[in-house]
Amino acid sequence: MSEGALDRTTRPGLWYAVPAMVFFGLFALVPLVFVVVLSFTHWNGLGDPQAAGLDNWQRIAADPTVLDSLRITVVLGVVCWLVQTPLSLLLGVWAAGHQRNRAVLSAVFFLPLLLSGAAVAIAWRSLLDPNFGLASVLGPLVGIPDGNLLGSGTSALMVIVVIVAWQFVPFHTLLYQAAARRIPQQLYEAARMDGANRLHQFRHITLPQLRNTIITSSLLMVVGSLTYFETILIVTDGGPGRATEVLPFRMYEAGFRSYEMGYGAAIASALVLIGTLLSLVMVRFSGFSKMRSTLEGL
Amino acid sequence: MSLTTATAPPPAGPESRHRPARRSRLEPPNRWAGLLTLGWLVVVAVPLLVMISWALQSRDAYLAEGPLAPPRAITADNLVTVFDSGFLQFFVNTAVVTVACVGLTLIVSVPAAYAIVRSPSRIVALGFRGFLLGLAIPAQATIIPIYLMIVRMGLYDTLGAIILPTTAFSLPLAVLVLASALRDVPREQYEAMTLDGASAWRMMFSLVVPMSLGSVITVGVYTALTAWNGFLFPLILTQSEDQRVLTLGLWSFQSEFGVNVPGLMTAVLLSALPVFVAYLFARRWLIAGLAGMGGK
Repeated sequence: MSEGALDRTTRPGLWYAVPAMVFFGLFALVPLVFVVVLSFTHWNGLGDPQAAGLDNWQRIAADPTVLDSLRITVVLGVVCWLVQTPLSLLLGVWAAGHQRNRAVLSAVFFLPLLLSGAAVAIAWRSLLDPNFGLASVLGPLVGIPDGNLLGSGTSALMVIVVIVAWQFVPFHTLLYQAAARRIPQQLYEAARMDGANRLHQFRHITLPQLRNTIITSSLLMVVGSLTYFETILIVTDGGPGRATEVLPFRMYEAGFRSYEMGYGAAIASALVLIGTLLSLVMVRFSGFSKMRSTLEGL
Repeated sequence: MSLTTATAPPPAGPESRHRPARRSRLEPPNRWAGLLTLGWLVVVAVPLLVMISWALQSRDAYLAEGPLAPPRAITADNLVTVFDSGFLQFFVNTAVVTVACVGLTLIVSVPAAYAIVRSPSRIVALGFRGFLLGLAIPAQATIIPIYLMIVRMGLYDTLGAIILPTTAFSLPLAVLVLASALRDVPREQYEAMTLDGASAWRMMFSLVVPMSLGSVITVGVYTALTAWNGFLFPLILTQSEDQRVLTLGLWSFQSEFGVNVPGLMTAVLLSALPVFVAYLFARRWLIAGLAGMGGK
């Protein structure tokens, strides 16, 4: 109430925020707590959950498929980050300038962003059909002459990386484009006066100025990599074998295919834990105040 | 949301080429950037072109011609196939879900953002922290408890089951974007209205909403896009064909249509048609809405 004393303006009461808080609390925060509670139960999706103590957690620790999913999730996240970040940064910086045809090109660039994840996955699955799709053309180029790109674990994982990049590079390009447009032009002009060439300008002006955007974009990518689900469900269904079973997929399988909801909830809790830790580490690593200013700069 | 679009050329970037008067001798044309861009353009455009080309030809032509052959004869048969498979029902369901999500999101997030910026209450400040936290919650992680709650509420297999959680998960960003827009409203405006004897409620309609209209539209567009393209909530929370939305409809077509890939591609492109139309007419808001997801 500190500033209220000086400020005589009419202010809205608490109740203006109540509907949103109740709504969000009920369907986002409560489930977040509830999923941890459910991880200590056995429940088949019908009837009532039964207390199970630490059963699910002990099972997770000894379940090679969960540890494998964790490894696959990490590999996928890291590779996607390595592929997407340089691409979207360079494309974004390029799209922030203006030259002939740039508007037309930008318009085409952002088209994949308009399709739903399901539509993208379905289209790519048809494109990758070894008999009739593009795969028979693409396969030989990457050393898979029969075009069965989804046949081996490694190539199936790479296919997922390509689809994710195809879908999300435009989004991160947008972020970098918006940020690159806000870099003061005087900086470049001063650098040119000093005889800095374009590479120097990029290294010493563009990159440092985009630091916060790199953090934001990476954070979104990393947290996002914990949620690749429909792409994998539709394109590979976790296969071949279990090669593309990321954690969310493993959770879906446990909860909604084997009807072991308690076990699924335990995997989901692990997912929340990892997501929270990742966010915290990245925020710490990049300086909390910087992150806040990025968020407040929304 | 100060995203400039093609209509308003931004200040030239470092690799700008069309300023002959000011281009220094140190800057040769940026070939590498151009090459990278063209490369990516091919990666983006080829799959899209193949999709369109397949959608325009008949199933038999697709099976006979090979993947990169342009359509010999353009056919509309695929449209008939798609509409005979219940596409219209899925389309209507998706539209209902989208409109409801946008309406609900705006109705609750505008007052919330107003309170966050203007209310002296500590609880509101705490609520704001909660929304911030919400940005990092993966929806997948909460789906099992949400499923349990929806079943217990008796909403399983209704469109309402999709609308409620979808709206909840679009709130954090909506509140953040709106609150940051309202922070720019000068206090003098509120003071002037106070002198006129306006209530907080009236201020919301005659000051808050008009002043943040751009952000309101941005939030609406972003929410619409999220709801239109949502997959996880419909997958888990609905079951029957008459409650099916487009994303799930496409997935069911995949097994239903088998080798009729042209039919499938037609459905894929049709499902994105409203979004494409929105892109043509409201490109600026759409881009702003998308960029809003990560903060400007």
